[in-house]
Amino acid sequence: MLEAVFWANAGIAIVSALACITRRSPVASALWLIMTLFATAVMFVLLDAHFIAVLQVMVYSGAIMVLFLFVIMLLNLGDQSATDMKGWFGRVVGLALGVFVMVELWVITKVVPVDQIRLPAGELNRMTVDEGAIAPVAQVLYTTYLLPFLLTAILLLAAIAGAVVLAKREV
Amino acid sequence: MIWLAVLLPFLGFLVNGWLSFFRPDAKRAVSVIGVGVLVASFISALAGVVGLAGAVHDAPYIVHMWSWMPVGELQVDLAFQVDELSAVMLMVVTGVGALIHVFSVGYMREDRSYPRYFAYLNLFVFFMLVLILGANFPVLFIGWEGVGLCSYLLIGFWFDDEAKATAGKKAFIMNRIGDFGLLLAMFMIFRAVGSLDFLEVFDAAPAAFVTNGPEITLITLLLFLGCIGKSAQIPLYTWLPDAMAGPTPVSALIHAATMVTAGVYLIARTNILFAMAPVSGAVVALVGAVTALFAATIALKQWDIKKVLAYSTVSQLGFMFVAVGVGAYAAGIFHLVTHAFFKALLFLGAGSVIHVMHHAYHHTHSGEDAQDMRNMGGLRKFMPWTAAVMWVATLAIAGVPGLSGFFSKDQILAEAFARGQGAFLFYVIWALGAVAALLTAFYMTRLMLYTFHGPNRTGEAEAKQLHEAPWVMTGPLVVLAAGSALGGFLNLPHVLPGAGWLEHWLKPVTEGSVPYLSEAHLSAGLEWRLMGLATLIAAAGMIAAWYFLKPDRLGAAKAAPAEAGVQRVLLNNYYVDELYNTLIVRPTDWVSRKVLWRIIDMGAIDGAVVHGAAKVSRLLGWIGTRFQTGNLGTYVVLFVIGVLFVLSAVAG
Amino acid sequence: MLLGPALGVSAILFSIGVLGVLIRRNAIIIFMCVELMLNAVNLSFVALAQQLGTDGQVFVFFVMTVAAAEAAVGFAIIIAIYRHKETLDLQNLNLLRG
Repeated sequence: MLEAVFWANAGIAIVSALACITRRSPVASALWLIMTLFATAVMFVLLDAHFIAVLQVMVYSGAIMVLFLFVIMLLNLGDQSATDMKGWFGRVVGLALGVFVMVELWVITKVVPVDQIRLPAGELNRMTVDEGAIAPVAQVLYTTYLLPFLLTAILLLAAIAGAVVLAKREV
Repeated sequence: MIWLAVLLPFLGFLVNGWLSFFRPDAKRAVSVIGVGVLVASFISALAGVVGLAGAVHDAPYIVHMWSWMPVGELQVDLAFQVDELSAVMLMVVTGVGALIHVFSVGYMREDRSYPRYFAYLNLFVFFMLVLILGANFPVLFIGWEGVGLCSYLLIGFWFDDEAKATAGKKAFIMNRIGDFGLLLAMFMIFRAVGSLDFLEVFDAAPAAFVTNGPEITLITLLLFLGCIGKSAQIPLYTWLPDAMAGPTPVSALIHAATMVTAGVYLIARTNILFAMAPVSGAVVALVGAVTALFAATIALKQWDIKKVLAYSTVSQLGFMFVAVGVGAYAAGIFHLVTHAFFKALLFLGAGSVIHVMHHAYHHTHSGEDAQDMRNMGGLRKFMPWTAAVMWVATLAIAGVPGLSGFFSKDQILAEAFARGQGAFLFYVIWALGAVAALLTAFYMTRLMLYTFHGPNRTGEAEAKQLHEAPWVMTGPLVVLAAGSALGGFLNLPHVLPGAGWLEHWLKPVTEGSVPYLSEAHLSAGLEWRLMGLATLIAAAGMIAAWYFLKPDRLGAAKAAPAEAGVQRVLLNNYYVDELYNTLIVRPTDWVSRKVLWRIIDMGAIDGAVVHGAAKVSRLLGWIGTRFQTGNLGTYVVLFVIGVLFVLSAVAG
Repeated sequence: MLLGPALGVSAILFSIGVLGVLIRRNAIIIFMCVELMLNAVNLSFVALAQQLGTDGQVFVFFVMTVAAAEAAVGFAIIIAIYRHKETLDLQNLNLLRG
């Protein structure tokens, strides 16, 4: 049952991604991307990452994609008359390279170090049931990764300041 | 004590070298130091030799200084070896060297580079002592190269004259050819024996080599190549006459008494190797005999007094090689010693003549050649002492009975003759040597006649300036004259009482080679007859010179007619220099200039490698700029290709 | 276990992202494709976190943060460029050419 849901969402994600990179209109592309992100969020839930799935919907689909659409409308790119797709040569090269990348990644996924597995099957699911969705993540985030977590805060602050400086028309 | 004899000249070199830079006018100090170290060195060497003679010993004394090259199997120590052979050489080098140093004080007195001269001379003696005392081939080689260096420095002593500097270079380069052979011989000896120590090599030689085999023959021939260069034998002899560009005492010390005899010493030192290679021995003897005759013919017609003596030296060295070639090592060393006496005396006498002549010409500002015998004549009236001692030396070299040269040269010819029964070649060598001896008597008498007899051709104004050289110069001459006269008693012939002292003395060094040498014995009657023949040859040569040459009719150099025919060929050294120039120097020059420089260096190295590298990097740079389109799309494509490489590396 | 299928889907999504970057010229769409790739990577993180511990999920958290920061700065740059050149076609943006 769960596997069927997973495969269904995997199919939705792949098809939506392909649609995203082939649509002529940026708005359409953005919407197809949101579709992919939602499907991925469902897969996250199936992979026992409930908290991440929530973040995915809120931050990615919510915040970032809204930003995309906002910029597209701001720059008035909604109705592209001409495609921005490359010519046939560029497409063939891109396709060849893309296939190459996929083959290599596929090969790499086959060499997963199985001997490093620390959590037995179902353990994460049991932890989520016992401790809630957030606690297992938060425990690591606020102990081992406390310093990087603080640094991301500074990074976001710097990004906000940078965005303001770059996008402001006049001082 | 021996190390003191070696060290003192080196200290003298350091002090005099220092003075030449900072106190070039301190001639008195330089004289005291330069001569003093040599005298002290002679005394300490004498003490060492007396100690050697008095002590009972079965093996040579080895003085280990320190370990020099401990490389795996190759163990080379800086060590000196004192045995009977090096003792004889030690006496010659320090004794004759000290006398020549004393003479130099007078001869070089007015030279502005006086301290430099003595520094070089001290350095030379140091290296010569290293050469003869070295206990292994590499140490000998240091000395061998060191004396070559000093020879170069002293031939080109007056380096502001380009011809003299060139003569120095010529000597140096021709010696390199020989050194190449010596080095190869050392390598081959090490490969065969695994050691370069004299004692070990000579002990191991009978087992390590096949008698008369190709390996030992090649080794000895390569050693002989070194000797050919150092001792000025055919075909590498042409540097020695040119070496006369140096100051005359240098010619006496380096190019007559000591350095040029190093080849003879080397063969005597490695006598067991040469005895095991009879073919090489025959080659040595033949080359020596041919050189002796060849150089003697050239000496017949030279006008430069030093050139006569130079060719005479080449000729006498040929005699020594005949001796060591036929296996009469004691006879070779004997002639080396007597030759050191009388040839040093002749050079110093010629030096004193040149000194006085130069002085006279300098006084009248004449541009005449002070070394040309046509400008001399009748000098015995002005320089009686010099004339007398030079006559002693002339009689000795010509082979007048009782004087040193007679005994040593007769012994060499007798030894060659004695081996004629075994192989006809040695009769030929004996005949060549006999003719050379005849010519020797002739050209030496000619030199004396033209220089000291007949009318004076110097010029009237100059004649007033002629006088005897100062005592500091004639003193050493008298001592050397005594040596020339009495040196023969070191090794009297077998038929005389008290015979063969030197031969007996050298027995510990040469006995290892005895089993390999053919028995050579002359009956007493034959020996007497050979001595008689030698006397006859000497007398014939001198009388012929007296009869044919008329010093009265000779004109001064500037009025002399051009030589013609055979005489001109002889005067120009059979045009050997020109021959070498055409056959070797010019083709080498041409190849260097046209092929090595134009094609290899400028074409291949500069063009292909140097400029090529630049061109390749420019090409690569140009290719690189093709990728920099500024188009982000292209960058992304390239970036993804790079990612692919990284991924494939990770995927393995 | 869904580890294998999840990694496979992640690889496919990532390759689609690469393909998009390679064949499109519009800066905003390329930007979206980059987000797609980040998302694919997040998927592998989450899949592996199921067996290797929740560290993987923390990394997803960091990736999202960086993506947000990148989006902010990136859009600021895009707006600046658009004001300057009146286009977002990468073919016309060749100021990098020396």
